[in-house]
Amino acid sequence: MALRELSSLEKFLGLKKPNKYSTQGDKKVPVLQNNNGPPLVGLVTIACHLVKEAKRPELLGDSAESRAVVQQWLEHRVTKLDGCTKEDIKTILKDLNLYLQDKVYLAGNQFTLADTFMYYGIHPLIVDLAIQEKEQYMNVTRWFDHIQHYPGIRHHLPPVAVLRNRIYTGRHH
Amino acid sequence: MKLFVSEGNPHCLKVLAALGVTGVQCDVQYVNHEERVVPFLSRPTLPALLLPSGLHLFSSNAICRYLFEVSGKDSSERCNQWLEWEATDLQPALLQALHMAVLQGKGSEVSKVLQGPLNYLDQSLSKGNTPYLTGEAVSVADVVLWAALYPILSDSSLALGECKSVKTWFDRGAAVMCSFQAAAQKVLQGKGLQGMKSYMQRQPAPQSSQCRDTQSCNSNPAEGEEGERVVSEEEMEAAAVTFSKGLNACPLATNRQHPILPQEGKRNLLVTSALPYVNNVPHLGNIIGCVLSADVFSRYGRLRGWNMLFVCGTDEYGTATENKAREEGLTPQQICDKYHAIHSSIYKWFQIDFDFFGRTTTEKQTEIAQNIFWRLHKHDFLVEDTVEQLRCESCQRFLADRFVEGTCPHCSYPEARGDQCDKCGRLINAVELREPQCKVCRQTPVIRSSKHLFLDLPKLEAQLEQWLDKSTSTGDWTANAKQITRSWLRDGLKPRCITRDLKWGTPVPHPDFKEKVFYVWFDAPIGYLSITANYTDKWEKWWKNPHQVELYNFMAKDNVPFHSVVFPCSLLGAQDNYTLVNHLVATEYLNYEDTKFSKSRGVGVFGDMAKDTGIPSDVWRFYLLYVRPEGQDSAFSWADMATKNNSELLNNLGNFINRAGMFVTKFFEGCVPAIELQQEDKKLLALVGWELQQYIQLMDKVKIRDALKHILNISRHGNQYIQVNEPWKKIKGGDTERQRAGTVTGLSVNIACLLSVMLFPYMPTVSQTIRDQLNAPQSCINAMLQGTGTFVCALSAGHRVGTVSPLFQKLEVDQIEALKKKFGGQQKTAQTAASTQPAAVPAPLAEVAMVNGVDPEKAKQLTLAVTEQGEKVRALKAQKAEKAVITAEVTKLLDLKKQLALAEGKSPEPAPQKGKKK
Repeated sequence: MALRELSSLEKFLGLKKPNKYSTQGDKKVPVLQNNNGPPLVGLVTIACHLVKEAKRPELLGDSAESRAVVQQWLEHRVTKLDGCTKEDIKTILKDLNLYLQDKVYLAGNQFTLADTFMYYGIHPLIVDLAIQEKEQYMNVTRWFDHIQHYPGIRHHLPPVAVLRNRIYTGRHH
Repeated sequence: MKLFVSEGNPHCLKVLAALGVTGVQCDVQYVNHEERVVPFLSRPTLPALLLPSGLHLFSSNAICRYLFEVSGKDSSERCNQWLEWEATDLQPALLQALHMAVLQGKGSEVSKVLQGPLNYLDQSLSKGNTPYLTGEAVSVADVVLWAALYPILSDSSLALGECKSVKTWFDRGAAVMCSFQAAAQKVLQGKGLQGMKSYMQRQPAPQSSQCRDTQSCNSNPAEGEEGERVVSEEEMEAAAVTFSKGLNACPLATNRQHPILPQEGKRNLLVTSALPYVNNVPHLGNIIGCVLSADVFSRYGRLRGWNMLFVCGTDEYGTATENKAREEGLTPQQICDKYHAIHSSIYKWFQIDFDFFGRTTTEKQTEIAQNIFWRLHKHDFLVEDTVEQLRCESCQRFLADRFVEGTCPHCSYPEARGDQCDKCGRLINAVELREPQCKVCRQTPVIRSSKHLFLDLPKLEAQLEQWLDKSTSTGDWTANAKQITRSWLRDGLKPRCITRDLKWGTPVPHPDFKEKVFYVWFDAPIGYLSITANYTDKWEKWWKNPHQVELYNFMAKDNVPFHSVVFPCSLLGAQDNYTLVNHLVATEYLNYEDTKFSKSRGVGVFGDMAKDTGIPSDVWRFYLLYVRPEGQDSAFSWADMATKNNSELLNNLGNFINRAGMFVTKFFEGCVPAIELQQEDKKLLALVGWELQQYIQLMDKVKIRDALKHILNISRHGNQYIQVNEPWKKIKGGDTERQRAGTVTGLSVNIACLLSVMLFPYMPTVSQTIRDQLNAPQSCINAMLQGTGTFVCALSAGHRVGTVSPLFQKLEVDQIEALKKKFGGQQKTAQTAASTQPAAVPAPLAEVAMVNGVDPEKAKQLTLAVTEQGEKVRALKAQKAEKAVITAEVTKLLDLKKQLALAEGKSPEPAPQKGKKK
């Protein structure tokens, strides 16, 4: 899963030659062999590395504050979203919904790596929501729809229908 | 910019360390754990940094990184990697380790969960060959990891393996981050790991999945609740065979017949709970520590078919009573009568099922105490000595130990009592106290000498040790009881004075000591004997019969030495074949919302107030037993009580039992359907059977809290079973499907019946209600707890159940908040506020009460009426009666409630108002 995300990110960043990754441990933590040093370990670490390599530093935030916010949501993704229990899901969605109330993207008005990876991480949760629940977390749904239509982001994931006029939940088509 | 932190929260150490190292200017504010600083997070999350833009950072690592960045130090890729590792790998292990060390008292086992991450860190450090994680200088990675590991690595008591490089790195960091030490002291309140206790108690218990590579985590049955147990074919078959036996083979329960006396060929257990001191209203900690724990065990023992006698009573002699009498203008006897009745009624409300609840101010007490005294005298275990005693000249009397306060000569604790220091637990002679003060008038007492008698403990020491060796190795002594006893013996025993210059006590019969009475520590435990003697003339069959009788003493840990050392010495010295304690069960302390219970400050819930909360006695019992301070101190918390009620009782236990019963009512016309066991059902039988066995093993060892978890596990299995099998769908299907629905329902309702039995010691009323609803035969009570536990089919096909209705009610947030406020310590001020409010009309208090129509007698009647009407409404709802009928009865109920509120002097509107608002 993490590897597919990284390869989607590479495509989005327009990196010419794809990297080779391996994984370690039970949790299949991604590892990137690095020519000029020890290997890089961890989804967030590798993703940030790729962004720097592609010379797109703005994706990590354009000020100290927004850089901190981006890192915070990336951490949130790997510590809270990954491996969350059923009971956690409601809290996660509720909190995120409140947070996004007055924001277009996670770091405010600018698209960042945090949006990409929160989107990847939250996708399985959104797929399972019924239409009514999606309406309950309106801001999350709006943001989610926005990100999945952001050019070059979706790649390995199926689109999720968020509009009411579809009869079925996203999983079935 | 403002940083919010809280005491005891280990994550706050990281940000404070980063603040210290970077020197960034920032306000730091200490707030409560429960404070929700970050507006968009529903759970309180600390630390939090309020950024200049008004945005909040809520991740400690992001905050640290930010502090480093604004001070001009960007973090490298290597740093990022360490921070990610810290968040995803180290933190879950640390959380687990802290949970074990701080809450479970298993500091010795933390290395099991931490060894993996620590080894990884150690290898990286030794491979990197640089002083710090990412090079020659301190980086954000060092600060974060260092502070994260600080609580564990700075505690020398935790056995961690050899990690040399980690140690060198940690010590190097300590030198650099000296400014941090002060912050750490503050966050941990100088208490090391224990400083995090209240924080840890509020965190969800770590999932055991996080320690899947450390098998040992699941080795303890009481904690392996998350893991699915593997059930063998044999277990399944055996469980199915047991189940099919039914109730036929089981003996009928016999009613208790007083007086209960030891019987040949039976296990005869004599259970005592520490005698509560008469003029204190017991608080929840007192209740869980002795009477409630002893009650659960006695109820359980009776189910097991043991021959049990459970006695207790009020401890009534002593200066405190004399003083109280003086205060209230009554005689000491009148004070005792008054408070004995209060105690009785509190325990009655808590459903403490004593065989006899007596008191120490009786003829029998004098008779037995004097007899023991003469026997000790005869065998030369009493010595005479003059004692220097404190006398308060302004109060004109010798001061009893509890009426002197001063500085402890051992540990310098300033509020040590005259007999014992609450801080270090050592016994003190009142004259040894530094800066003694009379507690009544605050004058400095003078030392006077007077002749007294001493029990020669050193002479009895060898005999005592011999007996202790045997008792502690064969009986079930809690770890704290053994440890406290050991430390007493290690310090060496000294003669102890058994007489006092007082009036309110058992008179010393010796002519040379005519004006004196027995010291309460000598006298009070004899109360167990005299109370039994007031219960039956044949009391000696219990108390002078060590070969037939096993004695269980229940108490809180402060009472241990008197039951394990001093009282046994009195009995051993008396040489009259007394029954000595076989099993000493001591609890730790129960705190109240992280502080102590305090009558004077109005903090905490006291026995007489529990019933005013409107929360049923059974729910109180359940929660107190759920947090029973077994093995470590624990805390009563309102929020936690609501959570446990709503999640465990309502959603887990109550939900399962109610569903099982409702399926029988709705789908099978109230008759238990036929059960055709399939493999899956047999597996469930085996799982339930295993939980039952664990419950019995733990209860036999008086692990009351641990056993409770297994009851809840059973209903969890049950809920899962129903959820997977969906009888509500299958009932609409073909014959096979309908039969399947029948089996699932039949099995579930039988599990509900088993649960009612297992619950009986904990929640007697609910237990009976379940059996009433299921119309279960009473014989099932004794049947299930035979031997190692037998889950038999008690409700066979065709059995008709009664009316099924919900067992528990939700505890709402506002209700709990109101209670929390009410008992939070502002009680006194709240009361004054309430009584001053109607002062616009200047009337004496009594009159105000009349104006408001307060009428306690009427309120009592109305309370009954409300309960009855409430039950009627619930019954109608359960029977799915016509809406109009229900509405009419509900209106009646609301009207009764209104009248009740008026009679109690409350505003009659609160409940209906809430509904209207929404």
